[in-house]
Amino acid sequence: MYESKALCSSCPELVIENIYKVFKSGQGEIFALERINLSINKGEFVAILGPSGCGKTTLLNTIAGFSPPSSGRVLVNGVEVTSPGPDQGMVFQEYALFPWMSVEKNISFGLEIKKLARSEIKNRVDVLLEKLQLLDFRRRFPKDLSGGMKQRVAIARVLALDSPIMLMDEPFGALDALTRRTMQDELLRIWLEFKKTIIFVTHGIQESIYLADRIVVMTYRPGTIKQVVPVTLPRPRDESSTQFIEIQKYLSKLVMEEQMRFRNSEAETI
Amino acid sequence: MDYKRSPFRKLMFSVALPICIVIIWEILSRKGLFSPQVLPAPSQVLIRWIDYLIPHDPYTGDKSTFLAWLFSGELVQDTLASGYRVIGGFVIAVVFGLTLGLLMGFSNFIYDFFNPIIQLLRPIPPIAYIPLAILWFGLGNPPAFFLISLGAFFPILMNTIAGVRQVDPLLIRAARNLGASDITLFRRIILPAATPNILVGLRVGIGVAFIVVIVAEMIAVNNGLGYRILEAREFLWSDKIIAGMISIGLLGLAIDTCMSKINNHLLRWHSGNN
Ligand SMILES: Nc1ncnc2c1ncn2[C@@H]1O[C@H](COP(=O)(O)OP(=O)(O)OP(=O)(O)O)[C@@H](O)[C@H]1O
Ligand SMILES: [Mg+2]
Repeated sequence: MYESKALCSSCPELVIENIYKVFKSGQGEIFALERINLSINKGEFVAILGPSGCGKTTLLNTIAGFSPPSSGRVLVNGVEVTSPGPDQGMVFQEYALFPWMSVEKNISFGLEIKKLARSEIKNRVDVLLEKLQLLDFRRRFPKDLSGGMKQRVAIARVLALDSPIMLMDEPFGALDALTRRTMQDELLRIWLEFKKTIIFVTHGIQESIYLADRIVVMTYRPGTIKQVVPVTLPRPRDESSTQFIEIQKYLSKLVMEEQMRFRNSEAETI
Repeated sequence: MDYKRSPFRKLMFSVALPICIVIIWEILSRKGLFSPQVLPAPSQVLIRWIDYLIPHDPYTGDKSTFLAWLFSGELVQDTLASGYRVIGGFVIAVVFGLTLGLLMGFSNFIYDFFNPIIQLLRPIPPIAYIPLAILWFGLGNPPAFFLISLGAFFPILMNTIAGVRQVDPLLIRAARNLGASDITLFRRIILPAATPNILVGLRVGIGVAFIVVIVAEMIAVNNGLGYRILEAREFLWSDKIIAGMISIGLLGLAIDTCMSKINNHLLRWHSGNN
């Protein structure tokens, strides 16, 4: 329905095919995802927008192969995803850095698993440390890093493996506004330089317009795709431009409708 | 706090109470408040402790080396004997406790299999095994090793299980996402993530081992710090009993300080450390 055949009919890299996900809980069943269909092209930047609890993380986890869908499937370059792996690198909201590893060890972890040569690992890590302005912190442990730096390490860890697809779950949600903007710009730079396909989950309407080629708005319970909104403004995008504000108003309306349903359902359960 | 600013002040602050207690105790003893049989004066204990520490025969230089002579004092010999038992029993406990703990933490199947018997045996204090230990292992070091390892085993086991089970599932996901196999996951994620808990277990374990060695020495052997205290009791040498007790305290403190140093080194990454 909402497939983006218009953008690139030849090569969808990631295909989400009719995904349903049901959680069985104490009170009954939670329909976290329902009838999700989405094709994403190579190099596309897609944002997923929706109220809390609508199933954004569940969707990312399914794409990453952490938990299989109740029905439907995820295809990456035509191959079904059945287990997690470095082809779909994940950047978690809570960073998920390994606290006992230094910054450089965190970044090289995936490369060591791949059994690359020591010199090759060192080269790649050095390049990434420099690109992400982490050179001075290479021997630090995660506990001694700021939120922005932690998230940069988490991004570098995924970049190190050269994953074609990057899944990002509200990666900048915990950062202050200024750091967030810096990280957004850095992410756009990385996206262009490394030619990644990015699926970026967020609560932030502005953030999604600032970053994405397409914005997938989700509904709350069941989690379905409400609408896919393309953003064609040239980058860097100006948040005060009339087109930007127009899209923002439109998205706000869509999200508010779902937010209201979320409130009402909260009220019912209490 | 102010007193924390200089290390010297900090040291003075931490020894203030022990020094006060010793001074008051000395004064009261000299005034004849307690009979020396019941509570000897600290000075008397110190003399006895030095006597216990230094070698019995004067150094002649012919029979053996100076180092061997220096170590021939009763206290040093007792400490070595007790230390040997503690370490022997502790190593056995670590081998079994760590292996079983890691397996039980990792696999619910293994956990369910072993848990009932462990819950049943865990509350039994090692002291209760003394009669059986003597029946099974006779006298000497073997029953001591058995009792000590039994005492240290459970804290190591329980903490290791808890450590493995408490590993943040998010970190496991992250590792899987980066391509980790089961073995890598275990070695590089689960083991280090469980290290803080495992170290707590080791620390508690060595503490228990230390308690048990003293008890074990009171029954089955004829050297070691525990034995020496019991021997002193036979002769009503209160000063030597206290000297022995203080030696135990110092040895325990030394072991715990070592453990704490190792702890801090291994947990450099932990948020509690700087
Ligand atoms: N393991 C689970 N078991 C049962 N229910 C779950 C589980 N995981 C998620 N859910 C439910 O599924 C729904 C979607 O959860 P999900 O975490 O995907 O939401 P989200 O959109 O990521 O929310 P947020 O923005 O707060 O992160 C929620 O209602 C949640 O309660
Ligand atoms: Mg979420």
